[in-house]
Amino acid sequence: MEQVVIIFLCLAILLYFLLGGADFGAGIIELFTSEKNRSKTRNTMYHAIGPVWEANHMWLIIAIVILFVGFPLIYTTMSVHLHIPLAIMLIGIIARGTAFVFRHYDAVKDNMQGIYNQVFVYSSFITPLFLGIIAGSVLSGQIDLNANNFADAYIFSWLNWFSISVGLFTTALCGFLAAIYLIGECKTVEDKKRFIKKAEYMNIAAVVFGAMVFFSAAMENVPLMNWVIYNKVGLTAVSLASLSLVLLWYLLLKGKTKILRLLAGFQVTMILVAISYAHFPNFIRLKGGEVISLYTTIGPDKTIQSLGWALVLGSLLILPFLGYLFYKFQQKEE
Amino acid sequence: MDDFLAARSQMALSLGFHIIYACIGMVMPFFMAVSHYKWLKTNNEVYKHITKAWSKGVAIFFATGAVSGTMLSFELGLLWPKFMEHAGPIFGMPFSLEGTAFFIEAIALGFFLYGWEKLNKWFHWFTGVVVGVSGLASGILVVAANAWMNSPAGFEYVNGQYTNIDPIKAMFNDAWFTQALHMCLAAFTATGFAVAGVHALMILKKQHTDFHYKSFKIAAAFATVAALLQPISGDISAKDVAQRQPAKLAAMEALYKTEKPAPLLIGGIVDEKNKTVSKAIEIPGALSFLAHGDFKAEVKGLDQIPEDEHPPVAITHYAFQIMVGLGTIMMVISVTYIIVLWRRKTVLNSKWLLKLFVFAIPLGYIALEAGWTVTEVGRQPWIINGIMRTKDAVTPMPGIAWSFYLFSAIYFSLSLIVIFLLYRQIKMVPVLYQSSNTDSWNK
Ligand code: HDD
Ligand code: HEM
Ligand code: HEM
Repeated sequence: MEQVVIIFLCLAILLYFLLGGADFGAGIIELFTSEKNRSKTRNTMYHAIGPVWEANHMWLIIAIVILFVGFPLIYTTMSVHLHIPLAIMLIGIIARGTAFVFRHYDAVKDNMQGIYNQVFVYSSFITPLFLGIIAGSVLSGQIDLNANNFADAYIFSWLNWFSISVGLFTTALCGFLAAIYLIGECKTVEDKKRFIKKAEYMNIAAVVFGAMVFFSAAMENVPLMNWVIYNKVGLTAVSLASLSLVLLWYLLLKGKTKILRLLAGFQVTMILVAISYAHFPNFIRLKGGEVISLYTTIGPDKTIQSLGWALVLGSLLILPFLGYLFYKFQQKEE
Repeated sequence: MDDFLAARSQMALSLGFHIIYACIGMVMPFFMAVSHYKWLKTNNEVYKHITKAWSKGVAIFFATGAVSGTMLSFELGLLWPKFMEHAGPIFGMPFSLEGTAFFIEAIALGFFLYGWEKLNKWFHWFTGVVVGVSGLASGILVVAANAWMNSPAGFEYVNGQYTNIDPIKAMFNDAWFTQALHMCLAAFTATGFAVAGVHALMILKKQHTDFHYKSFKIAAAFATVAALLQPISGDISAKDVAQRQPAKLAAMEALYKTEKPAPLLIGGIVDEKNKTVSKAIEIPGALSFLAHGDFKAEVKGLDQIPEDEHPPVAITHYAFQIMVGLGTIMMVISVTYIIVLWRRKTVLNSKWLLKLFVFAIPLGYIALEAGWTVTEVGRQPWIINGIMRTKDAVTPMPGIAWSFYLFSAIYFSLSLIVIFLLYRQIKMVPVLYQSSNTDSWNK
């Protein structure tokens, strides 16, 4: 059952990154869309994510529940030492979710819309930024359990170049995912062109921030190179990610939009595999070289058994229903 | 404000906020399912309009409920890491099942809100029912987790170690059933009265009476049944508390001295320093009866409990009085409603009764918050009853007060916006549902 629980944890994180990420990305794209095209972008986006956004964000809840039930020490270490970025991310989640729904369900469409839009786009940017910062901090080796002052314990645990680079990289990836996703939802050629442009920008941003991640890793002694270059699986994954990127642009220029999503998803999956495989099952790297591993902190046997069963049975109920939801709302309304 | 107090206040604030939206999310789908069903059966457009109007309100509440719930699942760790470190694996079972329930709820909601033209009409109706059932299931599960904090089970606690953990036993602890039952009824009472009251107000304003009267009847039916059952379930809860948490019961009743038989105090002013209650109405023997089903039984007072394990008496006592008082009022309104309905077949010309419902709009929610205050404050100083103290569970991070101010501001503004949006929804009813052609307003 241990394996089952860990697989579900990885799956929940991955799916949150892909589906929730595309969802955040849609807001980021809106942020970087010129005023005159915004309402069009908004409509395309609304049709694409309206029915599924709640479900997309459930993956985060699933991941958190698995963590606190199955791996309590990981959950509490993050909660204590990454309190501040977690709180900021939560504010982002609250602001974004409510603004998204409010702007659609406000019975009177007046200048309140402007406020909802502002809140929505900025929180769409802040939230993945801090999610990325949190993910980066977990790997950064800056979490110091023995710190004896506030700044070391609660600030520098996440405020460092590596974490911030990972945050920016994450944000760019979300934007990229969303642009690719939205290309497939467009009804006119002109719209399609706009999203292809966006995808290009986001791709450039991702490459720049990706480089930044490597630089800051070298600066702050995160053995990123060891994970992605000197590790067979890591290297393979990175190569596949790069290859799929090339393929993706080739297909895009050819005008084949259907499989783009799969490729983009595959690419992001490979990136996640690359950075996590080499140090699996270590989950948190602490200052001083110690690590918190999934296996050493795993909860008691009976708990893992029942958690595993709950996840398996739950997914038997959820997945067909979820698949049908995506299927039903994918069908183009011609 | 010290950090411990700030953490407690932030937790209470977040839960107090979430619970309102959660209850609406649990109950409104059932109201919608009824009117939706009536529409499918009778083809009366008004029922379709009601369903749609409600579903827009629900979407707003749902989003707020979902984000505040997400907040909570992090907050347990942000504020109470020591608690979660030990409790997570023990009381986590309901949370992991709840994850499934939430998920199904979110999916079904997607179908329901966006499926008006896309789905087979009965499948569409069914997705609405699924939203309600899974919402109710999540409510029950999370309350089972809370019940575990009141009545820890499913582990052994030896020398500060938690061993022999059995999450299934922990979930089915002694308190889960009574608490979950009482909670579900409370959700129906509170939401039912609030919704019925709002529609009663619109009837009194003579706006769109047919629409509002049909809505009123659906909500009032649920509200009255729940309000009649509530005191019965409350009595079961009280007997339960008397068994498992005598300190909480004593605080609820401000019973400083063990008495046999013990009187029931109604109202009164608690003086925590001198451990006395003044100006209360005493009903001899009634507390013995409530707690143990016997007018002569002994009821443990706070004098039998070590001083450092006393919960705050005044808050618990007042909150309990408020809950029971409001519960009684709502029960009386329900009885009156049933009598009037039975005699006259309609309440449309009983203005006073409609006014009574308007008056009752906030009562259920006040009772709900008061009830939780009883449960949570009455459990103090324990976070896990008898095992772990709340102050030992709090996060080591200083400066929680700032976080509390910040989140208070956020929740406060969100509440204002939600009220504002709801006001606009209701104001727009005559415009949007005037003609039979509402399809321009489908999205
Ligand atoms: C609409 C709301 C509402 C109403 C009218 C009532 N209650 Fe209640 N009560 C709740 C809403 C609530 C609650 C918020 O849902 C609580 C908190 C935890 C729980 O399980 O239910 C609660 C808890 C609660 C407890 C503590 C349970 C525990 O700690 O485990 C007792 C003893 C009662 N109630 C008793 C009553 C009685 C005798 C009522 C008579 C009218 C009553 N309640 C009406
Ligand atoms: C939804 C309605 C609820 C409300 C309004 C509520 C209210 C409160 C209040 C007033 C406190 C502060 C008590 C004090 O410190 O004096 C508190 C604390 C707490 N509650 Fe609740 N509660 C609710 C439900 C729950 C549930 C369902 C859980 C867990 C599953 C929970 C877990 C906690 C925890 C962990 C604390 C902090 C520790 C403590 O004070 O014991 N609460 N809540
Ligand atoms: C008595 C207390 C509680 C009740 C009755 C309750 C019930 C519910 C219900 C019915 C929903 C779904 C409806 C909606 O989204 O509006 C919901 C949402 C949620 N609740 Fe609570 N809850 C309580 C306390 C808690 C606590 C203590 C936590 C976390 C530890 C929590 C976490 C969540 C989460 C994560 C969601 C969002 C799910 C979604 O996206 O649909 N809730 N709650």
